[in-house]
Amino acid sequence: MSLIKEPDFGTPERPGEATVSVEVDGMPVKVPEGTSVMRAAALAGIDIPKLCATDSLEPFGSCRLCVVEIDGRRGTPASCTTPVTDSMVVRTQTPKVEKLRQNVMELYISDHPLDCLTCSANGDCELQDMAGVVGLRQVRYGYEGENHLDAAPDLSNPYFDFEPAKCISCSRCVRACGEVQGTFALTIEGRGFDSKVSPGAGESFMDSECVSCGACVQACPTATLQERSVVELGMPSRSVVTTCAYCGVGCSFKAELRGDELVRMVPYKDGGANEGHSCVKGRFAFGYATHPDRVLKPMVRERITDPWREVEWDEAIQTVARKMRTIQETYGPSSVGAISSSRCTNEEVYVVQKMVRAAFGNNNIDTCARVCHSPTGYGLKQTFGESAGTQDFRSVSKADLIMVIGANPTDGHPVFGSRMKRRLREGAQLVVVDPRRIDLVRSPHVEAAHHLQLKPSTNVAVINAMAHVVVTEGLVDRSFVDERCEGFDAWAEFVALPENSPEATEAITGVPAAEVRASARLYATAPNAAIYYGLGVTEHSQGSTMVMGMANLAMACGNIGRDGVGVNPLRGQNNVQGSCDMGSFPHELTGYRHVSDDAVRTVFEELWGRSLLPEPGLRIPNMFDAAIDGSFRGLFVHGEDIAQSDPNLQHVSAALEAMDLVVVQDLFLNETAKFAHVFLPGASFLEKDGTFTNAERRINRVRAVMKPKTGKHEWQIVSEIATAMGYPMSYDHPGQIMSEIAQVTPTFKGVSFELLDELGSVQWPCNDEAPEGTPTMHVDGFVRGKGKFAVTAYVPTDERTTSRFPLVLTTGRILSQYNVGAQTRRTGNVAWHAEDVLELHPLDAENRGITDGDMVSLASRVGGTTLRARVSDRMPPGVVYTTFHHPVTGANVVTTENSDWATNCPEYKVTAVQVALAHPLGRHATESSETDRLAGVD
Amino acid sequence: MAAVHPEQRMANQIAANFRHVPGDRAAEAIAAHIRKFWDPRMRRRLLEVADSRADDLDPVVLAATQLLRPPQEARGG
Repeated sequence: MSLIKEPDFGTPERPGEATVSVEVDGMPVKVPEGTSVMRAAALAGIDIPKLCATDSLEPFGSCRLCVVEIDGRRGTPASCTTPVTDSMVVRTQTPKVEKLRQNVMELYISDHPLDCLTCSANGDCELQDMAGVVGLRQVRYGYEGENHLDAAPDLSNPYFDFEPAKCISCSRCVRACGEVQGTFALTIEGRGFDSKVSPGAGESFMDSECVSCGACVQACPTATLQERSVVELGMPSRSVVTTCAYCGVGCSFKAELRGDELVRMVPYKDGGANEGHSCVKGRFAFGYATHPDRVLKPMVRERITDPWREVEWDEAIQTVARKMRTIQETYGPSSVGAISSSRCTNEEVYVVQKMVRAAFGNNNIDTCARVCHSPTGYGLKQTFGESAGTQDFRSVSKADLIMVIGANPTDGHPVFGSRMKRRLREGAQLVVVDPRRIDLVRSPHVEAAHHLQLKPSTNVAVINAMAHVVVTEGLVDRSFVDERCEGFDAWAEFVALPENSPEATEAITGVPAAEVRASARLYATAPNAAIYYGLGVTEHSQGSTMVMGMANLAMACGNIGRDGVGVNPLRGQNNVQGSCDMGSFPHELTGYRHVSDDAVRTVFEELWGRSLLPEPGLRIPNMFDAAIDGSFRGLFVHGEDIAQSDPNLQHVSAALEAMDLVVVQDLFLNETAKFAHVFLPGASFLEKDGTFTNAERRINRVRAVMKPKTGKHEWQIVSEIATAMGYPMSYDHPGQIMSEIAQVTPTFKGVSFELLDELGSVQWPCNDEAPEGTPTMHVDGFVRGKGKFAVTAYVPTDERTTSRFPLVLTTGRILSQYNVGAQTRRTGNVAWHAEDVLELHPLDAENRGITDGDMVSLASRVGGTTLRARVSDRMPPGVVYTTFHHPVTGANVVTTENSDWATNCPEYKVTAVQVALAHPLGRHATESSETDRLAGVD
Repeated sequence: MAAVHPEQRMANQIAANFRHVPGDRAAEAIAAHIRKFWDPRMRRRLLEVADSRADDLDPVVLAATQLLRPPQEARGG
């Protein structure tokens, strides 16, 4: 495949039903009202020369290259800023405009290096192209005059270079930073000849507020902002469209290669989730895929204290199969199981759960989604009837009120965060419900109307109080409720109780009653109000209750079933939705159907040729408990580092140490591999062929950029283990696996690789009723029939602060790192976050004699760790915050066994802790232990 | 003091979240939840706790365990 060059229509689309007819160079064209002359011309197949215009940005009209003549109008207007009118006649090629364009180009080139042949953008430079298009043959002004050619480059960013000598001051980078990304880190400094692009207040890119999303690089028409990989490796020559493997936004990218070497990842304009935007992780942080730490050969060892021994695939697979069978013969069929990964493709996840159910012969399959969004699955299934978010991402552009609960989109889901900020700049109002003052609360051109800075663990009390306001102030959408819901009266009676009023709950939540009342009124009265939420909702002992509470509120206000509304989980990892869809929960087969349903089980039994157990299997925390009590002794861990990411790590370690067989499949020797007897090397997303399903239920194709460096596909390895255990499993291609998924899963009935290749992506349900997918769910009715109001009593967590542990620790993630950091720590992203830090309020710091940058000890009733303090008023007094991106810090050493009552999702967000000044030596000791572990690998 | 079994802790927590539901219905709801989401060995361990340390269980959990027992055993108990 050659390099994909997407068309650039110069200015954005102006959607609308009313159209106007114009004629461009004699070509008639009909376009929506408000369309620019430039875009109308492009739609007619006529490209008007341009430099400052691109269709991802609003027109600017500065370069003067796109001038045209319009019959009946004086002068030569810029075609980018001139909207078409009916019957307009445009001429884009006249002697007058051609002369003007040549003159403009002469001026540009007179202050531009003449190094085209050695320039990194040679062949991909719009300035170079336009010089050719306008027929530039001379530069009459010479090159000796005052110029910018000596401007020093800024090489501070690890991923791209800024060479101001090549800048033409078109402002595309500045506008991209504002309009697309919404960060406003760039500006044009100075006036006239002194005008220049400047990050922040004359700072370097790294010192500025730049978030390294790459939008400026994408927008730059020259080599002024250029990926360093292009500078070093050269211009790519072919593209493969694939899907990012980081967060649940699921951005589409063009992987651009030179030969077989990946040069850069360029966000794909046709990507339904991202529409041409990206973040620092997806755009730049792919170097882990070729990092020397990757293990490419299978390894085995008898005991976890033995050194690893490299083996061939066959020996590794036979070892796994033999030991699994031996354990089952000794301890029973249910003594083994597996954990599937939300980072792997749908096809890989499907075969893992099939291996467990058909080859292991039990339902001991769980997914890492257990520890993040399992309450979403439970709560939305109970209330709406489907374990998934209700909207597509585009929907936010129609929201008038956005309520963000326990999520930090600008860090955790940055590309969606940018969409959200765009809508907020357009005038939508914002309510943030979070103990921490996240960036959305106040950032350039965005300010929350209300920040409900609740105490951790009191989400349910807040949502009940909001519902109390809606019910008692007559804000319920009665027609929606009467027509489409059930259980309203009992719920309304419950939330109307005095103990649920904002005034009564204020003592519990710490949120002023007036703020809750005002927020509830905003939510209930906005034409379209949407809820977006994250792990700050789910990772609590009442996570499932809170999900149902949000669903209740949305139904009560009629905010379900159309654009601009809904209840929307922002999924943590790339394929959380998909791994749940694929039957990874121990109680459900694909499509969220319970294993006890005889009719459903029969479908699988007939296809798979095995009888399946009608009883649920063990969930991840239950597996650990069962390992310690001796009834669970063999575990296959697929692409998940449970010894770093799961809570109460002492308990996890004890469980893993107690097992007879731990098999880890991963890119790297992760923390869990310390406890493994077999290590199976995995493939990076660049080597995978299959699909991911993002947070909006969008099934995207993942296409292999290169062959697996390990020599095998992961679905192939799993199939071979199952076969070696006596259950033949064989596929020639992952497309066959998707066909099988479609065969057994009603919501995926219409999905195939062919359809995805044709449409780009589809959102499930995709079946006979919705052959091209379902962007918005529950439009005419809920999946379960009537939407069900659930009574959501507030039950306080068992985790309480005491005099010994007087602070509450809550955890989160930051922009540059991802999950346990296994990938991002092996990229240039460490430049932004080299270690996890503990944020604490100045008051709490002062009381403990802690100053910014001190090493501090962090202790809970289950464990302790040491990390650096960052004094910050983002947290309220009494609450501290950290991330878990670095194993050295081991933040999950302190988190507890508490979990959601319905799903066992761990309560990461609430741990009673104490913080004190620490001796720095404690940290050094921890660091050396990891060094030793890595050194022990042979 | 005996250690808290995971099943004991989880069952009592489920009961706390069904506190708003009247007694009999709460026991049924808890039993249904456990039947739907718990591995059989976890249910067995809960029944063992109910047999050996009934005082450690919320009364409504105890009532739910009766519904979780095999029919013959439930009648006997």
